Amino acid sequence: MIEILECTMPASFQDAGRPGYRHLGVPLSGALDPEWLVIANALAGNPAGTAALEMHLLGPKLRAKTPVTIALAGEFSARIEDAAGQSRAAGNWCSHALAADEILVTGSLRNGIGYLAVHGGFELPAVLGSRSTYARAGLGGIDGRALKAGDRLKVMRSGIPGDGAGDAAISLRLPQAPRLSDGPLRVIAGPQREYFTDAAWQRFMAEEFTVSRETDRMGLRLDGPRLDHDPAHGADIVSDAVTPGAIQVPGDGRPIILLADCQTVGGYPKIATVIGADLPRLGHALPGQTLRFIEVSIEQALAARRQAAAELAKCVDSIVSGGAGFNLDALYAANLIDGVIDAQQAN
Amino acid sequence: MKPRLLALGDGALTLEFGDRFDPALNARVMAARDALASLKLDGISDVVPTYRSLTVHFDPLRLDREALTRSLLEAAQAPPQESALATRWLIPVVFGEEFGPDLAEVALATQRSESAVIEALCANELRVFLIGFLPGFPYLGELPEWLRLPRRVTPRAAVPANSLAIAGGQAAVYPWQSPGGWHLLGRTPVRLFDLADAARPALLAPGDTVRFKPVKRDEFLRLAADVEAGNSRRGDWQAT
Repeated sequence: MIEILECTMPASFQDAGRPGYRHLGVPLSGALDPEWLVIANALAGNPAGTAALEMHLLGPKLRAKTPVTIALAGEFSARIEDAAGQSRAAGNWCSHALAADEILVTGSLRNGIGYLAVHGGFELPAVLGSRSTYARAGLGGIDGRALKAGDRLKVMRSGIPGDGAGDAAISLRLPQAPRLSDGPLRVIAGPQREYFTDAAWQRFMAEEFTVSRETDRMGLRLDGPRLDHDPAHGADIVSDAVTPGAIQVPGDGRPIILLADCQTVGGYPKIATVIGADLPRLGHALPGQTLRFIEVSIEQALAARRQAAAELAKCVDSIVSGGAGFNLDALYAANLIDGVIDAQQAN
Repeated sequence: MKPRLLALGDGALTLEFGDRFDPALNARVMAARDALASLKLDGISDVVPTYRSLTVHFDPLRLDREALTRSLLEAAQAPPQESALATRWLIPVVFGEEFGPDLAEVALATQRSESAVIEALCANELRVFLIGFLPGFPYLGELPEWLRLPRRVTPRAAVPANSLAIAGGQAAVYPWQSPGGWHLLGRTPVRLFDLADAARPALLAPGDTVRFKPVKRDEFLRLAADVEAGNSRRGDWQAT
């Protein structure tokens, strides 16, 4: 059992999402970075699709009521406080055995989001085949809502609901943090490329866009150059299906990149769609961060997908047992993490 | 317009029959959906029909895009017919008063009596063109030309769940309490979204037909109590 002591920024349970219901208006949802979710679960000794806690900017403070093993995937500044008040740093990209009454302060998050998995899995009911939280319709997670202080989370033993005690401790770590690419986001043109002027497309390809503050799990709104619609087509379409990664442009010319909780259909023209391999990066985007786009072919997108799948498999295979994880400061010093998002730039 | 395929990224393909709202296009969309479903292709996660298009969300590492393209273009040729996957529903609705606070206003705006508005809504089977906006939210059409009203100037912050509403020549039932700008005419006791049925949490699916049946307040309250007590089944609302 884990008790949430403090939770000030949005945090919710997410798994691989809720496919199969989009024709009924139920969004896909699921982890914004499905790759990091897989890594978090691997570090916790769980099957890849187990639900974990997805945190934004600042993670919660929690107390282990019984001994549990958790794993952190992300760039946290985490520490563990024992019952005597002694504090020790908790490394990233590794598991941590928490004794009863120990407190984990997950702290601030570099790179926007991070995941906390628990060995055995959180005991949550599957709703339409998924434990992902979709707060707008109250589906999944804890009563369909975001995490809040006072929540008590039961932990399963080897995936089986039980006394909430969790499995025996394990110790796993990833020797090298996964690297977030900082290149332009790769997109496939369309499905409504022809609704935009050629000048708008050239601006879209050539110029820089800034992630605005109007950003949540449904989408990222971008500031920057206006993408003008071709007057012959206008800025409205008879609604058709959308998907995470689709870039909608409403009448004001400001693009919106749709994310995991996006609605299933939309009435704005879509100038392009971010390729599957680059979708995980979108979850890490912070207000103030700049983005660029580059057009690729379907063949290049598929090759990128295969490469991403292979790299994720390699990353999971590299997990070793033992050790306390690595120290974040040492990593910064060695410049191993120069992800797409720099918290300093992100005002 | 010939059907064409549009790329919605590398993990989805949209078969577009046209760019207008047109029931004839929608009938072809549903025929293509049925034809594609009969192929039982592996690697497809979602098939989303809209007014005028059919989108297939798929895993390109499991399902070859070229093969899916061929299947979709073939499915596009399927002639419109009575859909084997469609269900006909008969949905009771109580009109007016606190259940449909905009009925009088709609009657005034259309220069008809309240009973003429109710009659027009209940006279014909309406088709489910699309489910969207919220889980289980159906876009039903078409309504007679004279009943075609723009949305309310000021949307309501909270439309009660189960409200029957109209706007822009279409009708809808709100499955949840939510903000909304449509004109509220009545309320149904029927749950449009119910997690108890995981195979089909939304009562209505694209391609289904719905006929509304006016009921009196007493009947509505009795049916609503039955639903609340778990004494009704979804089959109860199917047209015979």
